[in-house]
Amino acid sequence: MSRGLPASLVLDLRAIRARAFVRIVGSVREPAWIVSDAVFPAVGMCAYVLLYRALGAPRSYETLAVLGGIMSTYWINVLWGMGAQLYWEKQQGQLQLYFAAPCSRMAILTGMALGGLIMTSSRTLVAIAVGFGLLGVRVQAFDPALLVLVFLLTMAALYMLGMLLSSLFLLFGREAWHLCNSLQEPVYFLSGLYFPIRALGALGATAAGIIPLGLGLDAVRQVLLGAAARGLLPVRTEALILGAFIVVFFVLARMALTYLEGLSKREGRLTQRWQ
Amino acid sequence: MSDPRSALAPAVETRGLRRTFRASRGGAEVLALDGVDVRIERGEIFGLLGPNGAGKTTLIKILSTLLYPTVGSARVAGHDVVLEAVEVRRRIALVSGGETSGYGILTVRECLWMFSQFYGVPSQIAWPRVDELIRIVDLEEQAHTRINRLSTGQRQRMNFARGFVSDPEVMFLDEPTLGMDVNAARSLRAYVLHWVREKPGRTVLLTTHYMAEAEELCDRVAIIDRGRVLACDSAPALRRQVQGGQHVELEIRTPDGAGAVLPGLGDIPAAWGAPHPERGTRTLKFRLPPDRVLLPVLRRLEEQGLLVEGVSTRETTLEDVFIAVVGRGLDEPEASG
Ligand SMILES: Nc1ncnc2c1ncn2[C@@H]1O[C@H](COP(=O)(O)OP(=O)(O)O)[C@@H](O)[C@H]1O
Ligand SMILES: [Mg+2]
Repeated sequence: MSRGLPASLVLDLRAIRARAFVRIVGSVREPAWIVSDAVFPAVGMCAYVLLYRALGAPRSYETLAVLGGIMSTYWINVLWGMGAQLYWEKQQGQLQLYFAAPCSRMAILTGMALGGLIMTSSRTLVAIAVGFGLLGVRVQAFDPALLVLVFLLTMAALYMLGMLLSSLFLLFGREAWHLCNSLQEPVYFLSGLYFPIRALGALGATAAGIIPLGLGLDAVRQVLLGAAARGLLPVRTEALILGAFIVVFFVLARMALTYLEGLSKREGRLTQRWQ
Repeated sequence: MSDPRSALAPAVETRGLRRTFRASRGGAEVLALDGVDVRIERGEIFGLLGPNGAGKTTLIKILSTLLYPTVGSARVAGHDVVLEAVEVRRRIALVSGGETSGYGILTVRECLWMFSQFYGVPSQIAWPRVDELIRIVDLEEQAHTRINRLSTGQRQRMNFARGFVSDPEVMFLDEPTLGMDVNAARSLRAYVLHWVREKPGRTVLLTTHYMAEAEELCDRVAIIDRGRVLACDSAPALRRQVQGGQHVELEIRTPDGAGAVLPGLGDIPAAWGAPHPERGTRTLKFRLPPDRVLLPVLRRLEEQGLLVEGVSTRETTLEDVFIAVVGRGLDEPEASG
């Protein structure tokens, strides 16, 4: 791991791996979490698919519902597993240990994100199996490389947003839980998770486009359904915007963390358990 | 990591450190450190002894880059704690007695390994070190237990071990044995001593409000109160400072048990020791200067209606030094006003 790489990079890579390890281990040790993280979203998704089927909606709607179910699982992880995380670490008295460690704070957050992404991906296997296997939801012939690319861009943008949120939530202190809750619902709706984005009209579609989840989802749909997805923008454009989100969120997250650390060193309270 | 500038520099050096905290809603600004100058050499176990609120944690936080000084500067292993925070963090570790660390879902072993990774320790070095530390803090049976199933005491011992996984140059221990049972505290103190002596250059800065801990462990002790270092030397040298005279302990009847007002002994500063509720008495401690005799003091107490049930004299302890320097006992609250 260390040959030829600068020492600080090796340190950060080790920190990322170790922090991701916690999530990955956690994902296989708590049976209750497996149910809440994997089975509940899959059940919700099933309900939509069956509803569309009963109403005689176009087959592409079923695909939308399955994709929506999968992506919303990631969004929940970003909100609760990333956004609320630093706040939670503070309550555990652990934030101080991170601030005293030599690895970069972004490495800790990156580790959380990577672990969360891997863990959530293992959960979404259930939704994928149920949706495309059990319920027989179909997609058209697609380009797997493009799918992977669009998916990874979306995930990077989402988890970068999670990193930014985690610093912001720490600043908001005890309001963090309310914020997580309030972000959960509108985003389901705005991103058009279970229904085609166009159905929301121009204003709704614009709002959804602002959110990387909506944009990423739209791109994935276009890759899997082609014209039937009635995409918002060409996939290439959406990919570029997602790339821009990644950069902007990364820079903002770093700035927020630096601000947060400075504030805590000035005030002496932020890393302490009760603000 | 072993640049010559760092290796030659003292472990800790502070210049005129001052730290204030903003008032909490309407109250007065808190002065936590009021011009602290300390220099700790490599290889020392240095103790900060002081009552609650003295500023010990504030000093440790500044040295471990968690807090900015308001005025003054500090260097740890030759690096400025404000300007070169990352260089400092590479060389230090911090353990606070009251804190919990780690994720409940991990086992003790995994958790200690995880912390070693935040310091970049290669895994082939980290795992054997983790296993050794687990042995030292007596958690071998729990090595594969999830930490949310540990008792509070076991969790505290794991947190102590956590501090050592990165093999720091300078170790900050902030009341590390706080609330631990006597045997655990003793064996951890023994380990601190062993750890420092094992490899040249390792340094410990330990805060405590247990006299015995400072006495038993520390090469030098700084007595700190209200943000000021009032005395700083080896325990024997500190004791010499207040030598002369006798250390007297009187057992005084206190019908209502603890909480009695401190009796006036004229110009002799005194402090309450432990109450003995089972006997209905409490110990009163003071140092009788060489040119004075005990009898008038006893008479004075009698005049105040206090019944002296026992008299003993003994050697000087750090506690006597503390009373002489600070003007009150370690566990006594400050008189207001
Ligand atoms: N973050 C803070 N905000 C306000 N006051 C603080 C803060 N941290 C410490 N203090 C105050 O500073 C003083 C010194 O505290 P501390 O360093 O924790 O003392 P010790 O560790 O010796 O018990 C105390 O009066 C304490 O209340
Ligand atoms: Mg303290």
